[in-house]
Amino acid sequence: MPGLEDLYREIILDHYRSPRNRGDLETPPAVRVEGFNPLCGDEIIVYIHVDEGKRIVDVAIGGQGCSISQSSASMMSAAVKGKTVDEARKLIGAFKGLMSIHEGEIGGDGSETDIGIGGDVESTATQLGDIEALKGVVKFPVRIKCATLGWNTLAQALDEAGS
Amino acid sequence: MNKLICDLKSDFPILSRLVHDQRLVYLDSANTSQKPQAVIDAISNYYEKTNANVHRGSYTIAVEATDALESARSKTAQFINAVSAAEVVFTKNATESMNLIARCWGGANLDVDDVVVITEMEHHANIVPWHMLAAQKGIQLRWIPIASDGRLDLTSLDQLLDGAKLLSVTAMSNVLGTLNPIERLAEAAHACGALLAVDGSQFVPHLATDVQAMGADFMVFTGHKMLGPMGIGVLWARAELLEAMPAFLGGGEMILDVTKEGFKTNDIPWKFEAGTPMVAEAVGLGAAIDYLSAIGMHEVRRHEVSLTAYALRTLTERHGNRIVIHGPSEPAERGGVLSFVYDDVHPHDVAQVLDQAGVCVRAGHHCAKPLMRALGVTATSRASVYVYNNEADIDQLAESLNDVSATFSF
Repeated sequence: MPGLEDLYREIILDHYRSPRNRGDLETPPAVRVEGFNPLCGDEIIVYIHVDEGKRIVDVAIGGQGCSISQSSASMMSAAVKGKTVDEARKLIGAFKGLMSIHEGEIGGDGSETDIGIGGDVESTATQLGDIEALKGVVKFPVRIKCATLGWNTLAQALDEAGS
Repeated sequence: MNKLICDLKSDFPILSRLVHDQRLVYLDSANTSQKPQAVIDAISNYYEKTNANVHRGSYTIAVEATDALESARSKTAQFINAVSAAEVVFTKNATESMNLIARCWGGANLDVDDVVVITEMEHHANIVPWHMLAAQKGIQLRWIPIASDGRLDLTSLDQLLDGAKLLSVTAMSNVLGTLNPIERLAEAAHACGALLAVDGSQFVPHLATDVQAMGADFMVFTGHKMLGPMGIGVLWARAELLEAMPAFLGGGEMILDVTKEGFKTNDIPWKFEAGTPMVAEAVGLGAAIDYLSAIGMHEVRRHEVSLTAYALRTLTERHGNRIVIHGPSEPAERGGVLSFVYDDVHPHDVAQVLDQAGVCVRAGHHCAKPLMRALGVTATSRASVYVYNNEADIDQLAESLNDVSATFSF
């Protein structure tokens, strides 16, 4: 039986207490996308600034919500900052794989992602680093939506930045 | 002789199960109530002995099934002191009942710029149907605000009601537990020529209800929050209103005659009950009403006021400033619904930690987002009590909140 320690790992609580890249960015040049979890009212605002070389040169996170949604968004922001759009999309795919989500299961967002799902667990873990601490969320299915909120919002932001 | 309320846990089979090896402490009855064996048996017995389609068959079990449905309707009418069983329409739930009012009464009686008044503490079921009518017909919505103590701020009531066609208000907040002054609101609405619709979803299961004394014109409530099954709701309205309203869904049962040119609607209440109704669920609701009536609604209320007072006292004594409980502080002025914020820990996390101790509370916006915004929060945790809860349940809640601070001690 899963225990709370599977969910509330120290690294997760650390990101919840001290969220990384908290704040906002000027739009433009950044894009701003809001994501909602209609179930519980959690809200994530993702700002990304993608330069002409398709690199995420800056990212900021706003909004409010539970420890899982906020820490997952914080970890996501740290992971994608400085990455190219393609690398970020691969991370989104890897994260959804970690959450045992196969594309099509979760509505529209990020549907362009087609990489890293159900793939090599080893390489997924290497890509995700600290983020792998969130894998305990899978044992608490209600919280998967909390964990994926920031990532789905990022996927929308990438779409918007690319359009 | 009333049943002793302290003995009731054993009547509810689910309360003897374990969750995470812990006794199940169910504190989410404002969401849905648990069901006593008597209700479960009534539903099984119906299917084992009586099941047939109603109002159609001429054979014995069809007659018995029809009697079972109509007897549940009569019990429901009596329970809320309706003038007659014809004023009780069975629906799927309170949400459908409220939509029926908006669609059938609102559709026939409201036009562009007509005003419907609601309050900031309404459940989405008493907001969205009016938004939909606003989109369709251009009606205007006005909002009675809430004061900082969790009660309605009625200082501008007369202005808000001026020229309004309908006031639609909850009798008891599903978030704050606030009991609203329905008789006063009925008088004010009627003085302005408006009708009064009451959302009784949280009230009817917990307090003796008299729709005539309330002065209501419509009331909606649902079976599953009052020990009955899911899938049966009630719309009560004064007979003359139901008579004048157009039908809701079209189909069998709601007609007296159908020709190639048109149809003639059935009498009330069947005019609003197209298709095969939820007979077993109605029978279950009837059994729930019998169960509550055997206790006595005044005894139910006495128990909940006492338990709410105990909860307010215990949680405050044990957790002090760490816990903020919304809503009126006086137990006699509220229902047994305690929305709280604990130590700035997000309600989802509070509910997750409490679940490990077998304690079920609701976390979220409670389908009342305008109220959440008025309170300045995105979500709360909510513990709510019913006939089967006792002080040990409150103690377990208070105790397991310590696990929340242990997990999230910053």
